Amino acid sequence: MAGMESTSAEMDLDRPNLEEYLPSDSIHGSGSPKNLHLRDLLDISPTLTEAAGAIVDDSFTRCFKSNSPEPWNWNIYLFPLWCTGVVVRYGILFPLRLLTLLFGWIIFWAGFIPAHILLKGQEKLRRKIERKLVEMMCSFFVASWTGVVKYHGPRPSMRPHQVFVANHTSMIDFIILEQMTAFAVIMQKHPGWVGFIQKTILESVGCIWFNRTESKDREVVARKLREHVQGVDNNPLLIFPEGTCVNNQYTVMFKKGSFELGCAVCPIAIKYNKIFVDAFWNSKKQSFTNHLLRLMTSWAVVCDVWYLEPQYLQPGETAIEFAERVRDMIATRAGLKKVPWDGYLKYFRPSPKLTEKKQQIFAEDVLRRLEK
Amino acid sequence: MGNSSSMLTQYDIEEVQEHCNHAFSQQEILSLYNRFCQLDKNSGGFVSADEFMSVPEFAVNPLAQRLLRMLDGLNFKEFVAFLSAFSPRTTHHQKIEFIFKVYDSDCNGKVTFDDILCILRDLSGSFMSEQQRQKVLTHVFQEAGYKPDSSLVFSDFMKIFGNSELKMEVEVPID
Repeated sequence: MAGMESTSAEMDLDRPNLEEYLPSDSIHGSGSPKNLHLRDLLDISPTLTEAAGAIVDDSFTRCFKSNSPEPWNWNIYLFPLWCTGVVVRYGILFPLRLLTLLFGWIIFWAGFIPAHILLKGQEKLRRKIERKLVEMMCSFFVASWTGVVKYHGPRPSMRPHQVFVANHTSMIDFIILEQMTAFAVIMQKHPGWVGFIQKTILESVGCIWFNRTESKDREVVARKLREHVQGVDNNPLLIFPEGTCVNNQYTVMFKKGSFELGCAVCPIAIKYNKIFVDAFWNSKKQSFTNHLLRLMTSWAVVCDVWYLEPQYLQPGETAIEFAERVRDMIATRAGLKKVPWDGYLKYFRPSPKLTEKKQQIFAEDVLRRLEK
Repeated sequence: MGNSSSMLTQYDIEEVQEHCNHAFSQQEILSLYNRFCQLDKNSGGFVSADEFMSVPEFAVNPLAQRLLRMLDGLNFKEFVAFLSAFSPRTTHHQKIEFIFKVYDSDCNGKVTFDDILCILRDLSGSFMSEQQRQKVLTHVFQEAGYKPDSSLVFSDFMKIFGNSELKMEVEVPID
């Protein structure tokens, strides 16, 4: 891929001391340099073992594994119960939910289109109405999955110089948060009906677009972020610093972009209860439509949202350290495990610098031992 | 693919176990099958080089390309056999056999000075010059009593490694 080289170089800037996390013992294991023998040079077992370990299990793939629930309908009385459940979910709940959603859309457009056209002159009023309509529409969405959302902590307030960051499991994260407060978002442009919604509705709450595959995009986006955060009338900005959907059991590294805007960072932790449905959206496995359909044919979507205390960049702290500190807060609150991987590794290969680091350690060790 | 352990019959598991000389327990083979299916995203029946490289921990390994040549196109049975070298149940002899195979890229039973140089190149990258690598290798060869143009066979490897401990084990997680 042509774009790969430049983006992987830039990814390095985001990554703090990844080498600390990767096993980087010298090829020869022991600390004190001994004489170099043929056996030492031929013994590649540590490197081979690392490779085999990665083949057998690795922490990156674990982040995107959707754990299919254990089938519980395996005997004579549970199976009919489960069948009844399927009938209720698909035959009764799903049509009802679809109708609710349709109803919601009708009300939404009935309010949005007039407001958008007629109130062109009165910006403030138009935006206020559009904001409320978007919040309402999101509530309809949440109702269409029988969403049971518990919000903890103070409700976000509308003021400048703050940005909200949250862990990312699915695009529904945005809907769940949006029903409480109309956030502005930064999103990857999607195709299809989602793209259409992005273009029309989300423009009204304020949206910043980015394109993962364009490396030059980063500076443009960084500038737009900064401008948005300064603006007094803008909706509070919501960013998902992981950059990709993760399975709500792990968090991948946060991109430092949101942490160097010179403003307060308000962390939000979201944890889904898998009891009725696994809300993780594996964008490589299903389209968003299929994902929504799965949610709409399940019993409920249960989750907790915690609004945590706003954080500021401490003196002497780098943006990356700040990002890690906030990630720590969110991971602790939502009970997620942290892994030291960049979420973009889903789409790109790791930087060759990591391999070079290992080579450097090996080479230095060999040369040092040769001196003796 | 979801829960694919149901796709493997008891007969299949026993066949795989035979093939890898009982290096793994039946539970471990089931886990490895789940892992294999997880890596084989397009369900082609084998894990392609690309699919292996999508595991970042593997992709950053200096010997990744070397191993990919051995791993490419393996079906599940062969995949388990490949990994069997890393089981705690395999013997010292079998582990050294595996290491020999990694070096012996043309599979002719002989590991030459150049074969070892190749691996050294992968391991040291641009941090050692070609001259330095040749110097190091010649030095240790001479010290062990081999001429630079001699090629090593498996028994040489056994002699060189001797009885010293070889730490070459991975743990197969049993979900």
